[in-house]
Amino acid sequence: MQTVTLAALLLLLSSLAFQMGRKRAFAVASGHPGTLHSLPGYYGWWVALWCGLPAFAILAVWLMFEPSLIRALVIADLPEAMRQLPAERIDVIINEVRNAAQGHATANPDFAAAAEHYNRLQQTGFAAAVAVTVTLALAGATFAYRRVHAELRARPRVERIINVFLVASSTVAIFTTVGIVLSLLFEAMRFFHMVDFVDFLFGLSWSPQMSTRSDQVGSTGAFGMVPLLTGTMLISAISMVVALPLGLFSAIYMSEYAQPRIRAIAKPALEILAGIPTVVFGFFAVVTVAPVIRSIGGAFGLNVAAESALAAGFVMGITLIPLISSLSDDVITAVPQSLREGAFGLGATRSETIVQVVLPAALPGIVGGVLLAVSRAIGETMIVVMAAGLSAKLTANPLEAVTTVTVQIVTLLVGDTEFDSPKTLAAFALGLMLFAITLGLNVIALHIVQKYREKYD
Amino acid sequence: MTEMTEITSAVRTAETVAARLNRRYAAERRFRLLGLASIVLSAGFLVLLLGTVIAKGWTGFLQTQIAVEVAFDPQVIDPDGNRAPEVLDTADYPALVRNALAARLAPDADRGTRRDLSAMVSTMGAEQMRRMVAANPSVIGGRATLWLPASDKLDMVYKGQAPREVGADGNALSDRQLGWLAELEKTGQIRKAFNVQFFTGGDSRAPEQAGIWGAVVGSFFSLAVTLLISFPLGVATAVYLEEFAPKNRWTDLIEVNINNLAAVPSVVFGLLGLAVFLNVFHLPRSSPVAGGLVLALICLPTIIIAGRAALKAVPPSIRQAAAGLGASPLQIVAHHVLPLAMPGMLTGTILGMARALGETAPLLMIGMVAFIVDIPKSPLDPSAVLPVQIYLWAGSSERAFVEKTSAAIMVLLLFLVAMNMAAIMLRKKFERRW
Repeated sequence: MQTVTLAALLLLLSSLAFQMGRKRAFAVASGHPGTLHSLPGYYGWWVALWCGLPAFAILAVWLMFEPSLIRALVIADLPEAMRQLPAERIDVIINEVRNAAQGHATANPDFAAAAEHYNRLQQTGFAAAVAVTVTLALAGATFAYRRVHAELRARPRVERIINVFLVASSTVAIFTTVGIVLSLLFEAMRFFHMVDFVDFLFGLSWSPQMSTRSDQVGSTGAFGMVPLLTGTMLISAISMVVALPLGLFSAIYMSEYAQPRIRAIAKPALEILAGIPTVVFGFFAVVTVAPVIRSIGGAFGLNVAAESALAAGFVMGITLIPLISSLSDDVITAVPQSLREGAFGLGATRSETIVQVVLPAALPGIVGGVLLAVSRAIGETMIVVMAAGLSAKLTANPLEAVTTVTVQIVTLLVGDTEFDSPKTLAAFALGLMLFAITLGLNVIALHIVQKYREKYD
Repeated sequence: MTEMTEITSAVRTAETVAARLNRRYAAERRFRLLGLASIVLSAGFLVLLLGTVIAKGWTGFLQTQIAVEVAFDPQVIDPDGNRAPEVLDTADYPALVRNALAARLAPDADRGTRRDLSAMVSTMGAEQMRRMVAANPSVIGGRATLWLPASDKLDMVYKGQAPREVGADGNALSDRQLGWLAELEKTGQIRKAFNVQFFTGGDSRAPEQAGIWGAVVGSFFSLAVTLLISFPLGVATAVYLEEFAPKNRWTDLIEVNINNLAAVPSVVFGLLGLAVFLNVFHLPRSSPVAGGLVLALICLPTIIIAGRAALKAVPPSIRQAAAGLGASPLQIVAHHVLPLAMPGMLTGTILGMARALGETAPLLMIGMVAFIVDIPKSPLDPSAVLPVQIYLWAGSSERAFVEKTSAAIMVLLLFLVAMNMAAIMLRKKFERRW
């Protein structure tokens, strides 16, 4: 809250600086604004930027490092015995101290002292931040204000700063990718120090349950990702069995047969289906689809697991229908009309034209769309977290419960996370694999779609 | 003779052709039917999904209440009679509720009966009395008829969501409690009222006390952070790539990058958030700030792609006209192109926000699954968000949470519908065909 006030204050100062700069420009033009190099507003912007930019930059840096800095200082001031504790215990202590600092009662006098220290540090820090940023803002504004004169090239200068901002913004996407790759790689490397890479890639058993004490039986878990991959593949395959025919036939019907009236209803319906959050589909899978599948299986004398791959895959298939249908719709409508007319001229019926002419021509695009859908299915999380199982079984039976890569990532990281156990780090290794697989599929899919588009453009 | 065979063979050919044609037409009809069936089936799934949620959830907006004539017994509330606030605050209000129920339903109740009785009302009932006394101590000594919220089990039975058969096994309520319910119904002392608690309360372990307000506020804070970060960044990136960027390897790389980021599974963004925002920058766990940052990265590609499409739709003649009047490249964009592209950009942003509102998996990674009762006051407080609240309730074992989950889903879908409507209206109102 304090920070927001400070930011508002800085903004206020900047807008004042804008007014002053603009006035100053009129003043130095002595009644003839035409003699100025730029429009007066640009002088205002120039002064305002000098006022606001350095101050906000410092504020941002401060906000970024304040929590870690205060944390380090508080830890340094804790009693020796506490500082020797492992990292995750220190996290707990820091949380306790933070709670105490916010006025919650604490029984431990050490914590009370640390909380006081924490509060003091925060206040000093904030006071320093206010002093530094406001001084900088005033100094910047004064500096710029004094340099306003008629020949000052205010517009190019302001525009250059804005340009820098635009370029910097466009690199955020790059930084995100780099951040993803680096954070995954870094944690995964730590994991591979503890668990052999080959075992991870080709191991047939997955049981990440590490004991808390090293002398317990079975203290080393097994980290073989093959059962997770087969589970993911099984559920994705089931979802594609549902989504591919439904999505493709919907697209064919809508682009080749449907009257505008039906299109006007069906298209929004599919869009709504695409817009429903996956957590809702997960709930649907658990309360509606899974019991139905179970009772149908029971009627045939089959024993269906409560969290069967079939239920999760089926519901995931429903979520993928809109994706497949819209991508197929695009490529089918992109097939030139002349091909259809040629087939009609030879006496082919509509369905013959579609099956023998349109679909072969659209095939690459459809394959690309299917690959995108598979990649989505592999990365889909909430449906499988809610409707698929937790135990990693190496099976191809859709009636049994299997687990997936994403389910394991979520289960490993939800709850208390310790950053030095292979259990937590395994999630990052799995994430790396997931990222690599989906990225590979996307690149191939986009390449195919691109190629296909060029063919008829 | 040969003439006859020729004619018969011609007839035969015509027959085979006609038969084949019929077969082909039948295949055509089948194919067409298949297409229609798949559309109907897909729409059917949508209807089934919405139907399930509404059927299971609409009662969540109602709360069962029992009319109880309570006595604000001074002996129980304030035996010393000096009206000290701490004493009033910690008095045994549950006993008062229990006594009032016993007086009405089972005057000569033993211990077990009384336990059964108090299991029929929510602990919120005693809380309601406590608040009344705190607000106005002069009620002490008087009597009042209050509508107290029922417990989740009674609530479920009364709404018909749980079986109500006297003598059956595995009932939520005992036979005795079912008898009391029938008696209350006879005298009209039980009703279904609008569930205010559901819309104003935070999370709770007791289903009848659980509300979505905490999650709504958390979602609001998260989306505010997301919007503040992703909108300026997205617009700036779109403007740069579409209007200023030179065509070279670097900008190609950025483009490919953005397209690929749009397809990265959201759970991977959660891992990024955990490793960078929580472990490097030590942002508070399960806070809307951390959640909003992760969501901002997720919807950034959407906003950029929509923004570029909107900028592309502005005809070059506008730019040329502005340039002809002596505007600088930045002035062209800021004064002419951007205002014209803004509706399209806003539409894309709203759709991105709608996606962010329903996003769950990455928020699980950064600890937003914690059980949080308090309503968050700032984006730094730990909080839940709507979809995560749905996930948490869906995993609860109490039967009453199925109803709450469905009701929360309805609220979430309502928000999504509102956002999408806003986007459509924006597009309809401001879209221009050049």
